[in-house]
Amino acid sequence: MSLSGPTEFEAVAADDGLSGSGLQGDGEPSPDATSSDIAGRSLWAIAWSHLKRDKLALAGGVVIVLFILLAVFADPIATAYANITGRAGDTYATAHNTPPNDVLDTLTGLPVGDFSGVSGKYWLGVIPLSGQDMLTNLLYGARTSLVIAGLATVLSLVLGVLAGVISGFYRGWVDTVLSRIMDVLLSFPTLLFSLALVSVSGIISTSSFLRYAVIVFVLGFFAFPYIGRIVRGQVLSLREKEFVEAARSLGAGNARIMFREIAPNLVGPILVYATLSIPNNILGEAGLSFLGVGVIPPTPSWGQMLSDAGGYIQVDPFYIFLPGLAIFITVLAFNLFGDGLRDALDPKAGGR
Amino acid sequence: MTTTAPQPAASGTRSTEKLLEVEGVQKWFPGRRGGLFGQKGNPVRAVDGVTFSLGAGETLGLVGESGCGKSTTGRAVSKLIEPTGGTVRFEGRDVTKLSPRQMRPLRRELQMIFQDPYSSLNPRHTIGTIVGSPFRIQGEKPKGGVKKTVQDLMARVGLNPEHYNRYPHEFSGGQRQRIGIARALALQPKLIVCDEPVSALDVSVQAQVVNLLEDLQSEFGLAYIFIAHDLSVVRHISDRVAVMYLGKIMELTDRDTLYENPMHPYTHALLSAVPVPDPKIEARREKILLTGDLPSPSNPPSGCVFHTRCPKYKNELSESEREHCRTVEPVLEEKTPGHEVYCHFPQVRSDLVVGEPVTGQIRTTKPKVA
Ligand SMILES: Nc1ncnc2c1ncn2[C@@H]1O[C@H](COP(=O)(O)OP(=O)(O)OP(=O)(O)O)[C@@H](O)[C@H]1O
Ligand code: SF4
Ligand SMILES: [Mg+2]
Repeated sequence: MSLSGPTEFEAVAADDGLSGSGLQGDGEPSPDATSSDIAGRSLWAIAWSHLKRDKLALAGGVVIVLFILLAVFADPIATAYANITGRAGDTYATAHNTPPNDVLDTLTGLPVGDFSGVSGKYWLGVIPLSGQDMLTNLLYGARTSLVIAGLATVLSLVLGVLAGVISGFYRGWVDTVLSRIMDVLLSFPTLLFSLALVSVSGIISTSSFLRYAVIVFVLGFFAFPYIGRIVRGQVLSLREKEFVEAARSLGAGNARIMFREIAPNLVGPILVYATLSIPNNILGEAGLSFLGVGVIPPTPSWGQMLSDAGGYIQVDPFYIFLPGLAIFITVLAFNLFGDGLRDALDPKAGGR
Repeated sequence: MTTTAPQPAASGTRSTEKLLEVEGVQKWFPGRRGGLFGQKGNPVRAVDGVTFSLGAGETLGLVGESGCGKSTTGRAVSKLIEPTGGTVRFEGRDVTKLSPRQMRPLRRELQMIFQDPYSSLNPRHTIGTIVGSPFRIQGEKPKGGVKKTVQDLMARVGLNPEHYNRYPHEFSGGQRQRIGIARALALQPKLIVCDEPVSALDVSVQAQVVNLLEDLQSEFGLAYIFIAHDLSVVRHISDRVAVMYLGKIMELTDRDTLYENPMHPYTHALLSAVPVPDPKIEARREKILLTGDLPSPSNPPSGCVFHTRCPKYKNELSESEREHCRTVEPVLEEKTPGHEVYCHFPQVRSDLVVGEPVTGQIRTTKPKVA
């Protein structure tokens, strides 16, 4: 029996005013009851105020936005670049390997000049043997990476959130079945399976759409248990919250509780997972392409460029450096941003 | 509150038909599988045969230690969980077997206020959304619009209606509890189960919230089941009080009888633990301490469930009387008119509380409107 002694009466200051408990230690003044800002600060606003002070995460965010813009506007950018450099009509697939030209050494097929043949015409040099422009290929490689990584992340999110919410909410045998499936998938030799699947599908069809689809499936499907487990854990604890009971006592059904009450609380973890899963998938796509089972030429991809560059490491070392750097920067940017986002959304950092 | 206010109950009139009749309600949770060999444990008898009734506009206090089944009783009454036995009748209608769909219209009559002001409000919803959710869930369009109605409700419970778009984390515990009250009030229920609505609040704020609940009760003719873990909080607000122990009601009678002439040894112990404001009296007063641990509800003692901790059993009874306590379970029955006790050897004690207990002074704290 905990009983309140009389002394507590004096000890406790009257506190039924706005204390702004979520904002303490924030370095910002707490809003008080009389303050006139009516809108209030959403948790997102608070997360943003945290994120704003995280310089690394911000830098990551800027790079991500840049990366997305480059991928989306690859066509106009590439056209403008070709026009500026006097190569109008030059696309990523345009080969310059027919002599006579000033691009490739006719004997070795290597770029003429230092650094893969960097020049005013080819700002980052050209690719050995084909003589394609490096910068244009990197640009379109960004698009490939983003599309594949993004779609794979969406796939794993959809599957993972569905599986996680359903198993966490209904528990019992549903949970047991779904959790075991996820366990099995997590212990699956994904890489070997991907290699087999992609190469088989490569044999039966050369359709680049099918290749895309298989890569997205392989990357996304085998990753869904990760987000599935995170979501399941969250839902298991959220479903016990009193606000779920409150909704139930008002007559809300299961669907409403799952999607209106529980789901909004999952947005944070889902977003963090997404930003951290995209770089994984970029690496995954690069890995598959590097192993020769990813996208195939002429579709440019960073991983496939890396793989190609491996053969020229002695004679044209600059070649491997560029796609490697592109992957490194992008992955780093997503990871920095994702970490920052996780910290910003962390209830311990952001108050209740 | 012009749009949502139900007709204020004519004061003094109390209908003869009971609003709520709870009969032998039982909730046994399946036992957790424990131990190395995964054997099925005994069921947890969270609530084991609880009977009481409640008239319109009346308040029943439900008191007992942590884990004695108060919340489970409240949840069974408001149909948040399915009782494993017994019946719950609301306005004469048996609601025990109603499906969630059949239950839906009844939800408007029967609301709940929760203990934890932090977990009872969805952190991702604004106050407007939270207080307006009853209308959306029930598909009701209040006159004057949801926003206007919600703001009226907010004003009625002492919140600034301009804070409509704020999020729960921007409010203090007391204010959050007001938000929960506004939500429970929205559909103009007849009964609100208040599950320790003030236990998580500072003492000064407790008084304000209890006062608000009282004001709302007289304004709207609400009936309350008011759950608390000590006797000091419920004294002020209750008409009748039920004392629970290990899933059963030990004593049930009107408020004044319970505090002035309690008969059950457990009630005696609880009352002796209520602090008295005057330190001199407090020092002289007899404190009945309960020894031993609370038995597990999955393995309740034989006979009288209280006998393992009963001071009377330990100190006053003869061996043959003890034998009786150990082997024969008492039933909750009227020992004097309107005074139900679960004990073979009830005895009135009037020496336990001197004057009004601490929280009896609740009204002296002026309600402060935030
Ligand atoms: N879902 C459940 N499954 C199994 N046991 C439960 C469940 N809910 C409650 N119990 C058990 O039932 C008993 C009564 O719980 P209940 O929450 O009703 O107690 P209470 O009187 O409200 O306690 P408190 O003052 O701590 O809120 C406890 O022993 C508890 O462990
Ligand atoms: S029946 Fe016996 S053990 Fe139970 S409360 Fe009464 S005196 Fe105590
Ligand atoms: Mg409880």
